Amino acid sequence: MKLIGDGISKRYFRKTKKANYFYAVQKTDIEIKEGNITVITGRSGSGKSTLLNMLAGLLEPTEGKVYFDDRDIYSMSDKELSILRNENVGVIPQGQTGLSSLTVMENVVLPYYMYKKGENIEKRAEELLETVGMAELSNAYPTELSGGENRRAAIARALIQDPGIILADEPTGDLDDENTRIVLELLRKTADSGKAVLLVTHENEAVNYADIVYKMDGGVLTV
Amino acid sequence: MTKRLMFKNIVKRSGRSLALMILSAFLSFSVFGGYIAITSMQNGLNSLESRLGADIIAVPDKAAHDIEAILIQGTPGYFYMDKSNMEKIKQIEGVEAVSPQYFLASLSAGCCSVPVQVIGFEPETDFSIQPWIKESYGANLGTDELLAGANINTDVGENLKFYNHICKVVGKLEKTGTELDNAVYTNGSTVKALMSAAKETGVGVLEKNDPEKLISSVLIKVKDGYDIDSISDNINIHIRHVTAVRTQNMIEGLSQSLMGISGMTKVLMAAVWILSLVIMAIAFSMIINERKREFAVLRVIGASRRTLAVTVLSEAAVIGLAGGLTGVIAGFLILFPFEGVLTDKFGMPYLAPNISNIISAALIAVISSVIAGSLTSAFSAARISRIDTGLILREGN
Ligand SMILES: Nc1ncnc2c1ncn2[C@@H]1O[C@H](COP(=O)(O)OP(=O)(O)OP(=O)(O)O)[C@@H](O)[C@H]1O
Ligand SMILES: [Mg+2]
Repeated sequence: MKLIGDGISKRYFRKTKKANYFYAVQKTDIEIKEGNITVITGRSGSGKSTLLNMLAGLLEPTEGKVYFDDRDIYSMSDKELSILRNENVGVIPQGQTGLSSLTVMENVVLPYYMYKKGENIEKRAEELLETVGMAELSNAYPTELSGGENRRAAIARALIQDPGIILADEPTGDLDDENTRIVLELLRKTADSGKAVLLVTHENEAVNYADIVYKMDGGVLTV
Repeated sequence: MTKRLMFKNIVKRSGRSLALMILSAFLSFSVFGGYIAITSMQNGLNSLESRLGADIIAVPDKAAHDIEAILIQGTPGYFYMDKSNMEKIKQIEGVEAVSPQYFLASLSAGCCSVPVQVIGFEPETDFSIQPWIKESYGANLGTDELLAGANINTDVGENLKFYNHICKVVGKLEKTGTELDNAVYTNGSTVKALMSAAKETGVGVLEKNDPEKLISSVLIKVKDGYDIDSISDNINIHIRHVTAVRTQNMIEGLSQSLMGISGMTKVLMAAVWILSLVIMAIAFSMIINERKREFAVLRVIGASRRTLAVTVLSEAAVIGLAGGLTGVIAGFLILFPFEGVLTDKFGMPYLAPNISNIISAALIAVISSVIAGSLTSAFSAARISRIDTGLILREGN
């Protein structure tokens, strides 16, 4: 599976010195290849999250198209696209994203039960939580966790459906060196098992795990 | 799992859910309680109207208020006039049937701590009491036999003593929801015997009179095609010392207060509904705002826009259902045990509707509360289904 951004850009209406609008992401071609970790680094506000959200099917580009295995995802119905994301795209959004009324375990298995029932997915969830060092906390609620713990739960949640594509927006943001290494190794292993991984990060360390590294600056993506 | 998420959302945010539930409970309570109270009063009124069973009641001049007191307010009393008045009334053009009644108030009877109204009737001519009695008691009343109104605390077979005269309770009458439930009924000869007994114990008005020559009131049925008002006017003009009262007029006051009460209830209900709906709509909209991020996360993990809307709606519907049931249960717990209090408070005859009416009222109340929940959250649901996930996720932190 692969994800292609074909000439995508995002324009926002916001007054600048020159015009009423500006491009958070300039016209960009990008391909997230299977078996690879693609890293995007860049300053805050440079447009990284905007690009990632467009690729995730969560933000319609102003121009251009996003292809998932040759299918133009923004021409799909909401339901089709939702199911596609549910099954094939693991998104780790920036910030805290645990559902506060569910336990860590319930949060992690939620994507699975969204469109299916039965089957004991909890075992896989336990393994994933184990890997990210969260096994002990599986019955805790997000509000009882630290930022880093919540982030690791979100990583387990993104991987529960074994998606072909992983889009991670600063997954190591709140993590210490040890946990950063664990998460990066997990993403590396995931990529090596044939998945396509996009990693948006400030972490210099991440470059060591990457196959392709882009830099984002003022909405412009460069190699 | 989305069901699970919904229930956990409700349970984990119990304070908020409870507040919304209580609002929904008010909604269903107002529908259910309002309906039951109003219908019961209407039923009571209808029952009173049919129980009175006469177009006009003629009483001694000074007793126009007493008859109302006895029949409508349930204050025991007695008054008498000469039997000959009935013959005079019978002669009046347009009068179809007449039947005398005899009133006696016992000071006390074995059954009851308060005075009991005794009402006697002539089985041969009576057209108002017997149709009702037939519903509960088939045979004719014998001497010293009586029928007890539904509220009289006695059982069939027991003896009741009035003025040292013993009567046997041979039947208990169907509840009418009116003050007639607080009286006992005998035939003419029994009530005359009681009157004689009363005379012996020194009841004032009876002292110089012979009970055999007395009656209390005359129930009058008017022939079809005759104007009830003009006949009652005729009686008032032509027969001395007798006042004719239209039963319709006696009930008039009650039906007016019923209209007042039901109007007030409707205003109150409307106020409860408008207030609750507005508060609920605001509450849902606030809740949705606060939970925007949560819904954005659901989008991220693959919830469709429709799923989001359904989640919001079904949470609201479940709360509406729980609240609706609570309101109806509260209605049952408040309305039925305290029927007596309500009756006293409003001074209205009160006869609860039958069980199938009660059940359908309960159902309608619950359903309307569920609909209210869904309706007030519909706008929020529509809004949430259009959320801009990317934007909201950026807003976080
Ligand atoms: N909805 C919007 N309306 C207007 N401007 C927006 C909107 N969304 C993003 N922007 C702007 O677009 C630019 C890129 O935002 P984006 O979130 O992609 O940055 P980022 O590279 O992810 O930053 P960070 O590293 O801080 O997460 C920013 O200048 C931001 O203010
Ligand atoms: Mg960002």
